Amino acid sequence: MIDAWILTVICLTVLMVLATVRLVLGPTAPDRAIALDTVNTLVIAAMVIIGVIFKEIIFVDVAIVYGLLSFVSTLYIAKYIGGEL
Amino acid sequence: MTAVEIIMFACLAIGVVFNTLGVIGLLRFPDVYTRMHATTKATTFGSIFTSLAVIVYGLSMFFSQADSQYLTLAIHAFLAAACLAFTNAVSAHAIARAAHRSGIRPVLAVVDRLAEANL
Amino acid sequence: MIAFLVTAGMAFLLYLVLTAGSGSIGFWSFSELVMGVLLAILNGLIARNFLCRSKSYRLLDPRRLLQLLVYVPGPFFVELTKANLDVAYRVITMKIRPGIVRVHSGLKTDLGIFMLANSITLTPGTLSVGIDEATNDLFIHNINVSEGDEKRDVIESTELFGLANLPAWIRRIAE
Repeated sequence: MIDAWILTVICLTVLMVLATVRLVLGPTAPDRAIALDTVNTLVIAAMVIIGVIFKEIIFVDVAIVYGLLSFVSTLYIAKYIGGEL
Repeated sequence: MTAVEIIMFACLAIGVVFNTLGVIGLLRFPDVYTRMHATTKATTFGSIFTSLAVIVYGLSMFFSQADSQYLTLAIHAFLAAACLAFTNAVSAHAIARAAHRSGIRPVLAVVDRLAEANL
Repeated sequence: MIAFLVTAGMAFLLYLVLTAGSGSIGFWSFSELVMGVLLAILNGLIARNFLCRSKSYRLLDPRRLLQLLVYVPGPFFVELTKANLDVAYRVITMKIRPGIVRVHSGLKTDLGIFMLANSITLTPGTLSVGIDEATNDLFIHNINVSEGDEKRDVIESTELFGLANLPAWIRRIAE
């Protein structure tokens, strides 16, 4: 029997792959930026749940740091797209 | 199934449903601004709910087993959700502003006051 | 001096939250507390001029903090839920009528504008795109501009929210 937590992580992984479709297709640079942002959000949500599955809190800590770093990189990409860099 | 488990699985289900809606919106909507509506709101809300399931799990295990590592799990999951909610809104605004500055106009728009304002 | 104390205090608080459950003094161990104090002092020395750049300490008022704690899980979360049901409806039916409108905020401080812009991004059908620095007006991408609104030059910020009056809450908290 598959655990509900593992099922959630599988669903989130499928969603990441679907968001990657937009990352590849996206006609403009901001489209790709928001697709990347979506993938990052889903990765954080999945990592918090993985922390429960493996009973390791370090996954949640890594998720927090990953979220903050992805925020900084998204801001950087936005500045570059807006021509302010 | 106990009541706590039902709450947990309901939170997980809500989270997955809204994340799915967000990604479908990302694939279906016609231009960058409407796609941003779907991703920002729906994935933030969905991720808050999946984190809420983890918080409920951590607190219930903490009160039933009195092991402080479950309390740490709950607090850190809460911090991850708070970071997510805060940073997603700011980065969505940053990308929207950058997209408008780089000359991308909203498709199908009935009005565009920002282009008229010439900032 | 106040800036240093505020920054160091917030850094120490964050350290305490992150290391809760490590030992026996309350929830913390002795070594974590010593390390937290040292890092908080270092943090306060480095970052005091960045965190408290505006030199206004309105948010130290406990009544404002209490209102902030009520605001986020209360009216804000209600509007967030409504926004998501709205987005779900739009994703399924694709009934959209997008447009960028100018919204008069009526707020004066940077903190107020920041909170209003973030609240707008996460509430029904709206996404903040730009800010007019001179008048503090916000430009908002609305996914479903209601009939007649595209003719009007300026829209009041209270018209964007259906259930709760978020701009009034933000004014009480931030100004």
